[in-house]
Amino acid sequence: MSNRKVGSDRVKRGMAEMQKGGVIMDVVNAEQAKIAEAAGAVAVMALERVPSDIRQAGGVARMANPKIIEEVMNAVSIPVMAKARIGHISEARILESMGVDYIDESEVLTPADEEFHLLKSEYVVPFVCGCRDLGEALRRIGEGASMLRTKGEPGTGNIVEAVRHIRKVNGQIAKLSSMSNDELMTFARDLGAPYELVKEVKELGKLPVVNFAAGGVATPADAALMMSLGADGVFVGSGIFKSDSPEKFARAIVRATTNYEDYELLAELSKDLGEPMKGIEISHIGEKERMQERGW
Amino acid sequence: MVRIEKTVGVLDVQGAVREHLLALKTLGVKAVSVKRPEDFDGLDGLIIPGGESTAIGRLIREQGLEDRLRAFHNEGKGIFGTCAGLILCSTDHSHKTNDLRLGFIDMDVERNGFGRQVASFEMPLKFEGIDQEVEAVFIRAPYIQSVGPGVKVLASVDDKIVAAEHENVLVTAHHPELTEDYAVLNYFLDKFVDGSEFNA
Repeated sequence: MSNRKVGSDRVKRGMAEMQKGGVIMDVVNAEQAKIAEAAGAVAVMALERVPSDIRQAGGVARMANPKIIEEVMNAVSIPVMAKARIGHISEARILESMGVDYIDESEVLTPADEEFHLLKSEYVVPFVCGCRDLGEALRRIGEGASMLRTKGEPGTGNIVEAVRHIRKVNGQIAKLSSMSNDELMTFARDLGAPYELVKEVKELGKLPVVNFAAGGVATPADAALMMSLGADGVFVGSGIFKSDSPEKFARAIVRATTNYEDYELLAELSKDLGEPMKGIEISHIGEKERMQERGW
Repeated sequence: MVRIEKTVGVLDVQGAVREHLLALKTLGVKAVSVKRPEDFDGLDGLIIPGGESTAIGRLIREQGLEDRLRAFHNEGKGIFGTCAGLILCSTDHSHKTNDLRLGFIDMDVERNGFGRQVASFEMPLKFEGIDQEVEAVFIRAPYIQSVGPGVKVLASVDDKIVAAEHENVLVTAHHPELTEDYAVLNYFLDKFVDGSEFNA
């Protein structure tokens, strides 16, 4: 037993590597979790409300009731993730103590700390965090995030922000790859990112952790789009259980994520799905209501 | 060594595909992604990677790959299942699940046998047939509860079996592709792909 090492970077990042090419679905109860698992989800995110309902309900959005999370954990054999508020050490520790497989330090919930994110390297449980650009991505990795995702604009069913975020990150990585080493410190300063991680990304030519798409995925074509822009996998929040037929949408989005370049199949998958969730045009959301502006 | 002429596929429906492809290239074989039945043509070996076994099993069926996989096994070609791949290669004697079980090795498997992610671990592992201990990363890993006749056990953690082989199939509960220790992948290539025993 003594030579077993838990909570190492390799173990925490490796868990996210195993989710690649897969779809992680938001669920609010055990029944939805079972539907997600049967449809081929690689994990579920246990929540009290999906983002579009959080948006509608207003008020303070917090970590889900542990009872809901426990029910979901008991209902499925795939990994279960849960969200903690940005900077909420106690919510994160509670989720860790429950044996949740991954914590999303999430801007979908109301931040508990507007200045400091969690020091995620201190935990055995791995964390996923949102990012809009390379600087934000590397700040989160610097704090110990083992997985990233685009922030997008959650609960809108509008893919435009997730597209903006993944293009930004990948564009900055491409730019960094072509820089000479004497430019890196200034680039790190401009990004507001740790220098060592900037160097590492230049050497690898990619992020040292996986980066999923999230925030606005509503259709199989949205999932395929994000994969073709270089996402390692897809989170779907409101897009499944706010659609007309969650089971069909769940199955179709799973297959679309695997076969994102097979356009004939994508056409087939997109037939007879019924209505996707109703979307929101981003400019209709006041700047203060934009979840992506939470965190830094 | 004729390895350079060998082609090994990595089942590419979900999971740690990229790592296996990279590792194979590093070891000097031609590595290809396998998404459709026709991708099996010309393969000398196949890796079923880690990922979520329920998702991979479902996609194997939906992509129409199950028959081709079984045929590949019957042809005696080398197959290596890691983690989720181990689960898929197992039998389901107790009929616990409707998920895909290919039955390539006669063994019963306990999924997530070491616990949830917070119990995932890495450790140096003694591996039969490899001189030095290998770096082994276990992620929500399964273990093998029992093996049938003729199945050779290759590694255990405490009393739990974590690697085994039978005829043309090798399985491990850990993820050799997550480390730069390629000893187990080399073992697979030497014995199951280059080797002539089942792969003339």
